[in-house]
Amino acid sequence: MKSKGWLLIAALFGITAAAPALGESLAFKEQIYDVGHLKPVDSVLKVAEGELAPDFTLPSVGGEKITLSGYRGSKHVMLSFVPAAWTPVCSDQWPGYTIARPLFEQNDAVILGITVDNVPTLFAWTRQMGDIWFPVLSDFWPHGQVADRYGVLRGDGTAERALIFIDKSGKIRKIHVGDINERPKLDLIVAALKEMNAAP
Amino acid sequence: MRGPLFMLIVASVLLVSMPVHAEPVGAGDPLPAISLTGPEVEAQRTYLGLKKDGPFNPADISAELVIVEIFSMYCPHCQREAPKVNQLYQLLLDTPRLGNRVKLIGIGVGNSPMEVDFFRDTYEVRFPLFPDGDFAIHKALGEPRTPYFMGIKLGPGGKADVVYAKLGEFADPARFVDEVMAKAGMK
Repeated sequence: MKSKGWLLIAALFGITAAAPALGESLAFKEQIYDVGHLKPVDSVLKVAEGELAPDFTLPSVGGEKITLSGYRGSKHVMLSFVPAAWTPVCSDQWPGYTIARPLFEQNDAVILGITVDNVPTLFAWTRQMGDIWFPVLSDFWPHGQVADRYGVLRGDGTAERALIFIDKSGKIRKIHVGDINERPKLDLIVAALKEMNAAP
Repeated sequence: MRGPLFMLIVASVLLVSMPVHAEPVGAGDPLPAISLTGPEVEAQRTYLGLKKDGPFNPADISAELVIVEIFSMYCPHCQREAPKVNQLYQLLLDTPRLGNRVKLIGIGVGNSPMEVDFFRDTYEVRFPLFPDGDFAIHKALGEPRTPYFMGIKLGPGGKADVVYAKLGEFADPARFVDEVMAKAGMK
């Protein structure tokens, strides 16, 4: 009986903690599905820093197919996996990267945004964000295959909120699988880009 | 006595006592206790009329009315609105009757100092911006969406009351100032 009481208290505080505290933009007012507070990480990485990044080809919102190895020798790449379209945090993450474009250009890098949603969904969602300058890729079918290859596919079929920095030689330089409920800081990204671009 | 009912009562009291607003603070609410750190630029400290170094409360600002923009570097509407908010700041500086009476600040919710700096540099923002990296201020204000504008009327003895609140962009800086001042009972 006693433990049930404390469970009740824990549940009440859980509900409070799950309240949105994400500084969501008005841009998506009443269009975002509240997923509540999620398990911070729900997958096990299958790649490691120093390894060659697994290659892939995925369809993009722009219509063309994008192959990771197509950037080899010319650009550093930051893979930005986000859990799903129309969910909190994700909807305000990429618009920040939109104004951060100069930081990527200064460091000779591009972003490949990836979710497990299909292209029409991504088309509608990214149109709400304004001008997204980087390719947004659909890892919808076979479902989450690329996310799974990297070990960032969660048990519910969504992806982790993960950043994977891949240098021009195709090698993984840094991996950040953060708490899915939180947006990774720009500070982390800038430090990783600079380090990657400064490396011989 | 220490059954589930007792524990539920304890939990309820604890929840009610937590300093988190269920709704964003609005007109008629006192300004919750929030602490700002900076600005490091001397000209901005002079603009705010801060008398001492270290963290301060908006009530410490030397003004009759403080307009606060709650923004985020990641918010597309805030990005789009930035030039217009800059116009608002310039209008306040250029209008003698507003002079030192109305001041403008911005708080970047969930933004690190670097993210706030990046927003400032990108949009050439000259009024003081403050980071709220851990969402502490955002929570205290009831977690408004962004951009969110508040007009805070300052009074004697550190009194600070929210007299105006608006979610979303404003159309015209001059009309916006008039609207906020009217709510503050200022001419």
